[in-house]
Amino acid sequence: MAAATTEGTAAPTTTIEHGNKAHSDGGWAATGGSFVPVQTRSDRFKSTDPSEFPNVEGFESEWKLTPLKLVSPLINDTLDGSVYEISAVGTTPEWIDRTDARIGSTGKPEEKASANAWSSFEKALLVTLDSDEHVDVTVTRSALGSAARAAHTIIEAKPNSVSTVVLQNTGSALLSENVEIIVGDGAQLTLVSVQEWDDAAIHVASHFATVGRDARFRHIVVSLGGKVIRLNPSTHLIAPGADAELFGLYFADAGQHIEQRVYVEHVAEKTKSRVNYKGALNGEGARTVWVGDVLIGAHAAGTDTYEQNRNLVLSEGTRADSIPNLEIETGDILGAGHASATGRFDDEQLFYLQARGITEREARRLVVLGFLSEIVQKVDAGELQDRLKLAIEAELQGVSA
Amino acid sequence: MSTLVIKNLQVSVDIEGGTKEILKGVDLSIEQGSIHAIMGPNGSGKSTLAYTIAGHPKYHVTGGSITLDGEDVLKMTVDARARAGLFLAMQYPVEIPGVTVQNFLRTAKTAIDGEAPPLRPWLKEVKESMTELRMDKAFAERNVNEGFSGGEKKRHEILQLELLKPKFAILDETDSGLDVDALKIVSKGVNRAHENTGLGVLLITHYTRILRYIHPDFVHVFVDGRVAEEGGPELAERLENEGYDRYLAPAEA
Ligand SMILES: Nc1ncnc2c1ncn2[C@@H]1O[C@H](COP(=O)(O)OP(=O)(O)O)[C@@H](O)[C@H]1O
Ligand SMILES: [Mg+2]
Repeated sequence: MAAATTEGTAAPTTTIEHGNKAHSDGGWAATGGSFVPVQTRSDRFKSTDPSEFPNVEGFESEWKLTPLKLVSPLINDTLDGSVYEISAVGTTPEWIDRTDARIGSTGKPEEKASANAWSSFEKALLVTLDSDEHVDVTVTRSALGSAARAAHTIIEAKPNSVSTVVLQNTGSALLSENVEIIVGDGAQLTLVSVQEWDDAAIHVASHFATVGRDARFRHIVVSLGGKVIRLNPSTHLIAPGADAELFGLYFADAGQHIEQRVYVEHVAEKTKSRVNYKGALNGEGARTVWVGDVLIGAHAAGTDTYEQNRNLVLSEGTRADSIPNLEIETGDILGAGHASATGRFDDEQLFYLQARGITEREARRLVVLGFLSEIVQKVDAGELQDRLKLAIEAELQGVSA
Repeated sequence: MSTLVIKNLQVSVDIEGGTKEILKGVDLSIEQGSIHAIMGPNGSGKSTLAYTIAGHPKYHVTGGSITLDGEDVLKMTVDARARAGLFLAMQYPVEIPGVTVQNFLRTAKTAIDGEAPPLRPWLKEVKESMTELRMDKAFAERNVNEGFSGGEKKRHEILQLELLKPKFAILDETDSGLDVDALKIVSKGVNRAHENTGLGVLLITHYTRILRYIHPDFVHVFVDGRVAEEGGPELAERLENEGYDRYLAPAEA
C-alpha cells in the first residue's frame, strides 16, 4: 500500500516523540508532523476517583480525536454499576467485592471515563483460568441496555495456565468499563475482545494487563459494530521473559468511530512486544484512531519491540489517524521499531486480479479480506475465526465497486 | 479459430503537465495457434502494448482498434477481456497480501468459466501443473507473489496460463531474470499450453535467448512505438547477430 507511510527504528538512549497524522478524505493521505508535548507515559496522572480529573473540554490530547458529545455521559453522568446478565461457556464467572485484592493490581485509570466506571461498579466479574491444558472460554454480554453503566472485569490466568478467552459484546450499550488482566508466571493467555454492538452503542474501555515471568499474552481487539468504540489496552511486561502480542482488527462504516490507544510498557529486562493493528474504513464519516505508545523503561535491557498500524481506505469521506510513539529510557535494547501507513486500494492489485477474469467487486473483496486476514489468522479460536470472516464479509456488502 | 487484430493502435499516458504518446500506430494480427515474437529495445513500447491489450487504466487509447473475432476489445472491462480469452503474463506481478495462491487460482478459474470447477479434478490439475513447473506443494498456501523470487513469480504466471486456458497469451518479458533451467521450465509450460489448447502467443522479449525454446512463426521488431520490421524466425537470428542498432541509428548511405 502506498501513501502516508512512516517507518522507524530507534537508536538506543533516545526519546522519540513521533507524531504522524494521516488524513484521508478523498485523495491520497497527506502526512504532516503534528507534535504533542513530550511527557513520559509512566508519569501520566492516574486515579480511581473521577473528581481528581479536571473537566474534559475536548482539546486534551487524550480526547481531542474522540466524539466527546457522544461519550460525555460516560465521563460526567452517574453510571449504573449493578451486576448485569452474562452468559458463559467453559467457565463459571463469579461476582467479587470491590475489596478484593486483585482489583487495582494491574493499573489505575488514566482518564476520567475510566475513573468514573471504577468508582461506580458494585461488583467485579471474575474469570479465573487455572488449567494447564488449553481451555476455551467465552463470556457474552448482550443485554446491557442503553442506560449509562459501568463494569469491571478481572481475568486472572494463574501461573502456567493455558487458555483462550473470548469476550463477546453484542446488543445495545452505553458502557464505560475497566478490564484487568493478570497473566501469571509461565501462563499463556489469548484474550479476544469482540465488539459487535448494535449500531447506536457507545463503548469506552480501558484494559490493564500485567504479564509475568516467561508468560505469553496475546490480546486481540476486534471492533466491527457500534457507533463509538474506544478501547485502550495497556500492557505492562513486569518480569523477564514476558511476551506480548497485541493485535487489532477494525472496520469502520459510515458514521462509525473506532479508536484504540495501545500502550506497552517494558518494565523488566528481556521482554518482547509486537503490536499490529489493521483497519478498513468505508463510507462518509467513517473514522478511526490508533495511537501506539511504547515505553522501554530504564530497567528493560534487552527489550525487543515492534509496533505497526495499517489502514485501508475504501471510499471518500473517511479519516484515519495513526500515531506511533516510542520512548526509550535504556541504551541496551535488542530492537525497537514502528511503522504506520494509511492508503487507498492499490490499483495494481485490482488490475492484477481483474486481468484474471475476477470482477472489480470481487477483486476488492479479496484485497480487503486479504489485508485483514493477517489479524484474523491470529484468532486461534477456530469457530470464532470462521465467524469473524463472515462478519467481515458482511461489512464488505456495503463496499461499492 | 479466433483472431486478435490490432489496427493503427495509438496509445498515450498522462505525465506531469501533459500526455506522452507511446504507441504511434501499431498493426498486428494473430491467429489462434500461432506464435508471434515481439522484439525491441527497452522503452520501445512493448509493455505498453501488452497492458493496453489487457486494459490497464493508465494507458489511454487515442486511436485505432483492437478486436477479438470482430468484437471490440477496447469496449470491454479488464475482467471481461480475460473472460473473453485474453491473458497477460505480467513483467512485474504484484503481491496480494493475505490471498493464497490456492484461493486466487480457484477464484480466477471460477470467474473465467462462470462456474466453480469440480473440486477433485481441479486440485489434481493444479497439482500436476505445479509439478511440471517444479513448484513446491507449499506454494499453494503462500500469498500471491508475496516473497516470491523473480523466477517463482514467472512460474506462477505460467501456472495461471496453463490452468485458465485462454485463447491468446501475451507474455511480457517472461524470460527476463530467469536462469537457464528456469527458462527451460517456463518455456516448456508455454509450449505445453500451445499444444494442448491451441493457444495463440504474443511473446514479448528483449533478448533472443527464449526463442531457442519457444519457436515463433513470426517476428516483429518494435522500435519507438511502431513495428519497424517483420518477418519469419530468421529475423530473430539476424537480431541476435546485429542487435537493434540499425533501427535506432539509420545506417549512413
Ligand atoms: N505510466 C507511464 N508513465 C510515463 N511514461 C511511461 C509510462 N509507461 C511507459 N512509459 C514510457 O513509455 C515508453 C515505453 O515504455 P514501455 O512500454 O514500458 O517499454 P518497453 O516495455 O518496450 O521497455 C518508455 O519511454 C517509458 O518510460
Ligand atoms: Mg517492458
